[in-house]
Amino acid sequence: MRARAMSRRRGFWHEVRKNWVMFLMLLPTLLFFLINSYVPMVGIYFAFTRYNFADGLFGSPFVGFENFRFLWQSGKLIQLTLNTIGYNLAFIVLGHTLAIVCAILLSEIGARFFKKLAQSIMFLPYFVSFVLINVIAYNLLNYDTGFINSLLVRWGMEKLDFYSISWIWVFLIIFFYLWKYLGYYAVIYLAVITGISDEYFEAAKIDGANIFQRIWYITVPMLRPTFIILLLFSLGSIMKGQFELFYQLVGNNGLLFNATDILDTYVYRSIKVTFDIGMATAAGLYQSLFGFVLIMTVNYIIRKVNEDYALF
Amino acid sequence: MKVKDAEYSLLFKTIAYVMVTIFTLVCLFPVLLIISGSLTDNETIVRNGFGLIPEKFSLDGYMYVFKYPTAILRAYGVTIFTTVVGTALGMFFITMAGFVLQRKDFKYRNQFAFYIYFTTLFGGGLVPWYIMLTKYMKLMDTYTVLIYPGLMTPFLIILMRSFIKSAIPDELVESAKIDGANDFRIYRSIVLRLSMPGIATVGLFLALQYWNDWFLSSLFINDTRKYQLQFYLYNIINTVQFIRDMAISSGVSIGNPPTEAMRMAMSVVVTGPIVFLYPFVQRYFVKGLTIGAVKG
Repeated sequence: MRARAMSRRRGFWHEVRKNWVMFLMLLPTLLFFLINSYVPMVGIYFAFTRYNFADGLFGSPFVGFENFRFLWQSGKLIQLTLNTIGYNLAFIVLGHTLAIVCAILLSEIGARFFKKLAQSIMFLPYFVSFVLINVIAYNLLNYDTGFINSLLVRWGMEKLDFYSISWIWVFLIIFFYLWKYLGYYAVIYLAVITGISDEYFEAAKIDGANIFQRIWYITVPMLRPTFIILLLFSLGSIMKGQFELFYQLVGNNGLLFNATDILDTYVYRSIKVTFDIGMATAAGLYQSLFGFVLIMTVNYIIRKVNEDYALF
Repeated sequence: MKVKDAEYSLLFKTIAYVMVTIFTLVCLFPVLLIISGSLTDNETIVRNGFGLIPEKFSLDGYMYVFKYPTAILRAYGVTIFTTVVGTALGMFFITMAGFVLQRKDFKYRNQFAFYIYFTTLFGGGLVPWYIMLTKYMKLMDTYTVLIYPGLMTPFLIILMRSFIKSAIPDELVESAKIDGANDFRIYRSIVLRLSMPGIATVGLFLALQYWNDWFLSSLFINDTRKYQLQFYLYNIINTVQFIRDMAISSGVSIGNPPTEAMRMAMSVVVTGPIVFLYPFVQRYFVKGLTIGAVKG
């Protein structure tokens, strides 16, 4: 056993000496992930302390699972988890369905100029920052000068105070997500559709399949592998998710938290507003672990069903 | 049968044109609202609200933005600096990593790839990271903290690896090795030259991320002179106070600034460069996404 370990170690250093140029080229990347991802894992310890800045990492009093117990008993954890997963599922289902529909529609358009123009415009929102989405929401929804409220006034109706009605934001957040990402995913799917050989469609035409049948029996099945890959990536990050979107739309507006608070926004606020370091680390650790277990499970199931699609 | 299919096709094409037009308009509409707002007289906005067409045309919003341009030019400077430095460094590191990780004669490539990939599966979370950077590395209010966290992501490294794998045949590298070139030389004179589209895509992803970043400023920057452009805009949208401070710091009191029009004008000024560059860079993105999605 020891001998084998020795020879392996020698093998590694031997490799380093032989390929030192390549190791050197990889070094910045290795250091980056070491500092940025692995070293902070030590800080998981905060989750078990009542952290204060003066005493730092190892000086703060150790409290065991108290933070987790508090998060659990206050109902916070369940609410945050449900919100996070709920929104992500809506994003995935609606986002991909609409993107696929959109890509199929785009592929049926013959006029080259119109097609290119539409594709470019739909892809544009992907390039703008989330701060601009904040501006758009302000422009459309604010109480005094918002576009929608000024329309309502013009039609002789009551103004709506969007920033105090929490349930409306469920739809608004999903809408803005779709606005930003629809074009992005549609472009990916469209590229796959463009890659499908014309022969399939010609053959189906000769056999008398109409356009709906051609789409349903040829295009849709051809999109499946891409869909599954994208789906897996999205499922992997189901416990994270769109912090920038939520924070720019909702910010620190406590009136909306019931319907809009997700784990990421809760943790962020603990740094900027409430300074609840121990609690936030606990929530973050829970998020990480839950996500990890989720990915492993999904990957395991996929591997059982069809090994080719498994992530690892 | 034949006639029926033609009818169906016509029907479907009509639906396609209508739906795509609607999607396109929905994507364009908010942007038009902002541009229109930026060109409308502030009084009119306060009285009647934002509209799609400027009721009373005015350039006051832009005038106000550029009346005392020091702050906004500074924010532009910070963003351009972080974008250029971050993108250049990131591209350099990512291409090297991608090249090494796809080399079949690099024995531990899978272990190292997993070392990188694992960070997407599990992490310490935001808070320990934040405390490490502020308390232990003392990076508060530095340019370093605006650049280093965005240098690379596992996704971009994996994307780059697939690009290089598909663009550069193993035989080419082998024959260069036989000719006595070392690995860095091969990287410099073969890889960089043959995988230009891939490098462009990765560079664009990085540049876009740096340009649109507000998150790092919000966490780590207290000094308003080091605000990135997007965070500067964020503050203008969210606090009227910020606009007043801006006026005071420029040493002049200007009565009531045209806040609404000015917010929209500022948004246009901040987003403008992206929209201008967009037509030129779009195809690289599409290419990159396609390869990334098809190859996995």
